Amino acid sequence: MTGADFQALLPLVALAGGATAVMLQIAFLRNVALTTALCLLTLAVAAGSCLAAAQVAPLQVTPLTRADPLALVFCVLFCAAAAATALLSRDYMASHGDEPEEYFLLLLLSTLGACVLAYATHVAALVLGLELMSVSLYALVAYPHKSILPLEAATKYLVLSGAASATTLFGFALLYAATGTLEFTALGEQLGQATMGPAVLLVAAAMVFAGLAFKLSVVPFHLWTPDVYDGAPAPVTGFLATVSKAAVFVALLRLFLDADLFRYRILVEITGLLAIFSMLAGNLLALLQTNIKRILAYSSIAHIGYLLIVFMVCINAGNRDLAVEAAVYYLIAYTATTIAAFGLLTMINAGHSDRERVQLQHVSGLFWRQPLLAGLLLVALLSLAGIPLTAGFVAKFYIVSAAVSGGHWVLLAALVLGSAIGVYYYLRVVYYMTRRPEEHNMERQTVGGWGIHAIAGLLIGVILLLGIAPQPLMAYLESIL
Amino acid sequence: MSLVVLILLLLVGGLVAWQAERLDTGLPRWVALASVGAALLYLVTIVARLPAEHFSLVPEAQDGTTWLLHLKLAWIPRFGIALELAMDGLSLLLLALTLLLGLVAVAASWSEIDFKPGLFQANLLWTLAGVCGVFLALDLFLFFLFWEVMLIPMYLLIAIWGHENRAYAAMKFFIFTQASGLLMLLAIVVLAWQGLAQNGSLSFSYFDLLGLPLDGRVAWWTMLGFFLAFTVKLPAFPFHTWLPDAHTQAPTAGSVLLAGILLKTGAYGLLRFCIPLFPEASMHLAPAAMALGLAGIVYGALLAFAQSDFKRLVAYSSVSHMGFILLGLYAWNSLALQGAVMQMVAHGVSTAALFMLAGALQQRLHTRDMTRMGGLWHQAPRMGACAMFFAVASLGLPGLGNFVAEILVLLGLFAVQPWLAAIAALGLITAAIYALWMVQQAFQGTPDEQRRMEDFGVREMATMAAMMLALLWLGLYPQPVLDLAQPVLDSLQGLSGSGL
Repeated sequence: MTGADFQALLPLVALAGGATAVMLQIAFLRNVALTTALCLLTLAVAAGSCLAAAQVAPLQVTPLTRADPLALVFCVLFCAAAAATALLSRDYMASHGDEPEEYFLLLLLSTLGACVLAYATHVAALVLGLELMSVSLYALVAYPHKSILPLEAATKYLVLSGAASATTLFGFALLYAATGTLEFTALGEQLGQATMGPAVLLVAAAMVFAGLAFKLSVVPFHLWTPDVYDGAPAPVTGFLATVSKAAVFVALLRLFLDADLFRYRILVEITGLLAIFSMLAGNLLALLQTNIKRILAYSSIAHIGYLLIVFMVCINAGNRDLAVEAAVYYLIAYTATTIAAFGLLTMINAGHSDRERVQLQHVSGLFWRQPLLAGLLLVALLSLAGIPLTAGFVAKFYIVSAAVSGGHWVLLAALVLGSAIGVYYYLRVVYYMTRRPEEHNMERQTVGGWGIHAIAGLLIGVILLLGIAPQPLMAYLESIL
Repeated sequence: MSLVVLILLLLVGGLVAWQAERLDTGLPRWVALASVGAALLYLVTIVARLPAEHFSLVPEAQDGTTWLLHLKLAWIPRFGIALELAMDGLSLLLLALTLLLGLVAVAASWSEIDFKPGLFQANLLWTLAGVCGVFLALDLFLFFLFWEVMLIPMYLLIAIWGHENRAYAAMKFFIFTQASGLLMLLAIVVLAWQGLAQNGSLSFSYFDLLGLPLDGRVAWWTMLGFFLAFTVKLPAFPFHTWLPDAHTQAPTAGSVLLAGILLKTGAYGLLRFCIPLFPEASMHLAPAAMALGLAGIVYGALLAFAQSDFKRLVAYSSVSHMGFILLGLYAWNSLALQGAVMQMVAHGVSTAALFMLAGALQQRLHTRDMTRMGGLWHQAPRMGACAMFFAVASLGLPGLGNFVAEILVLLGLFAVQPWLAAIAALGLITAAIYALWMVQQAFQGTPDEQRRMEDFGVREMATMAAMMLALLWLGLYPQPVLDLAQPVLDSLQGLSGSGL
């Protein structure tokens, strides 16, 4: 490895080094404050080292990984999301787990896995990143040991996600048998001359796709989502909903781009079909929920549906840059928004070791009790609904623009229909927050402190900034693609 | 920059009003009054500074710099989106209406709001800011932004301070507008991409997109996206079902804003965007659009007659009156267009007054049910007189603004579609029935002796008197308004060639 190679991998090295440091620190001295600080420091260093890596990017480092600007953008995003999760988790974990130090270690490891996925240009890196991320997540989901719900969610997630990983692996094995390579680009080239016949390739593609679609919770592989979202501790749900989804999405997108799988029209059209199912089913099922976490779970299914539209747009090589740009912007906006929504649920549940209070009636009148926190949830919900001045609107505008440039009217119709349905359940939460004090009886004490207010203000600021002044990020994304 | 300052005055005023509540619960309404008043004064000063001959010049529709005021700042160059605001005679007229009715709305809610008055006034001001933005934005992306953003404070006004069934009404209002708005967003993006294909650069500016030679099918579907969004907002039959609920459940100030100005954004959108951007497709749609207008007139009037709820009656009468606007717009000749613009202004004033009356009644009697009223004239003669005045204004009595508007629409329409004009004239008769029925039910008859109610005070009478004067002025000397709108209408008509 040359110095440049090392520099390109610096974010991964920083994360791995930080994880090791945290592990050693825990072995010698248990101290939550120190662990949190180390964890945040690691994430800051990793995000900062992306700047250094950007100087040598794009660079292929070993056959496994490539450090290009796209990967680095996602590394920064994952580190930021993990840092927000760590900050939010501090108070929450103090009351939900006896020894919260390892929680931060797992968070770092999971972030490392996500970053590896962003770098991956080889099936081995993809599988390594995926497993590192997922296995840490199983433990994170089950971390609060005082209640039964997280355990149930973790078991469910472990079994189903394990099966999905195995399916993906099997699919890759078949691909390897047919093509003799595991590198994305070479894989694409060899597919044309594969000797084992179309049936094997079809089965292999289906298995790989099913496994990854499971992680993304695309309909019909979405059944785990509401239960796991509901059972997992709120900060972990936020992390799971954003980082793990975005990482798998970017890996899948890279697989399609590098191996040029867009030439297999039928494969892409199936993706489009699943996108329509996800948009409609996600939004329709969310209508029936009274639990905010489950609402957000179904809404995340719908959002993955919107996002999958870009695969169809990529069919036409001329629109591919715009489509990828749209996907990246969407993922960034979605991450900020979802972290904000789950961040609120974390904040109102910090300090209680019993079952999380995430039913609609638990946010009843929140506007009058905790204006800033209610403002946070309001902005997040409006962003998810795609109302202007928020990040979510610009993201949706991007997707619509990309789809219009490709002329995908059926997908656009599903998007419009899905968004229109979505308004109802987002607004329902808003309505509960605005209920007057005499309409409910809440005995909850308020949460506060400058730390919480600072995070809430920061998240609101980010969402509004991405919605009001998107030009710098847009221009940057356009320049790297 | 002056146009940005105008919107900022209202936005910042909202923030101040919100926070002023901490000092004193009576303060926010003064802040709101001051900031709408300041915006109005500011508008007057910037208009007074413009040379007088500017107002009679026909602006070049495709060149913003010939307008009264024009501002263009780069915002999102990645997609060719600019912060483009412009004002011509039409926008000026509607801005003035918006701010004047803003004052009325503040006055109407003066003593009505006990719960969180600061946030209430803030939402009121933000709605006004959004509406001003809609009337000024000439970049389609920016226009859509204001179009959607004005919904949120309005939603909150209904959802928090509304009456018994507010959750349902607020949700219905939002979903109708949002769903149709999404179709408009889609249409806007398609239009911009057509512009990219033909001009070679992406732009969302109205001036760049006017007069694009579009393929017939594309033009038709894109036009429908705009048409749906605007007719839902207008509202035209059969998309009107959100309106009675929203108007009835909203607090008084909310109803005043909804009926007075939010509905006019739909009419404005049709006039400014839908027809000029797609003249040919609009020509094909004109018969259907006029039929919808006609259906709205008759259906709205019939339903208005069937109501026993005071506010619902006024709401359905709005559906009926908006039918005239749709007819006038799609008749697309000078007279009819003048009538439509006149109707926007006159209906804004008369309906705002009626909703203010309804709000005052509800505040005093705790009911909107007219069967439980009766004989109010004896107990509150000033209210009775006001109700009578605005009821006859609404039914189109000659000498008041609404008459001028409706007669102009009918005259213009008669030149194009005499039979439609004949049927539409029925609307004048049905309006007389429901308007007089309303007065009879609520104000005449034998009064309930047990009832004690307060008549209108100085504040309410002053507001009412101002609106009466406005309607009289519009009815007796409408020429200034017509003169202000004429150049704009000429330039818009110039775009579509020989007319629809």
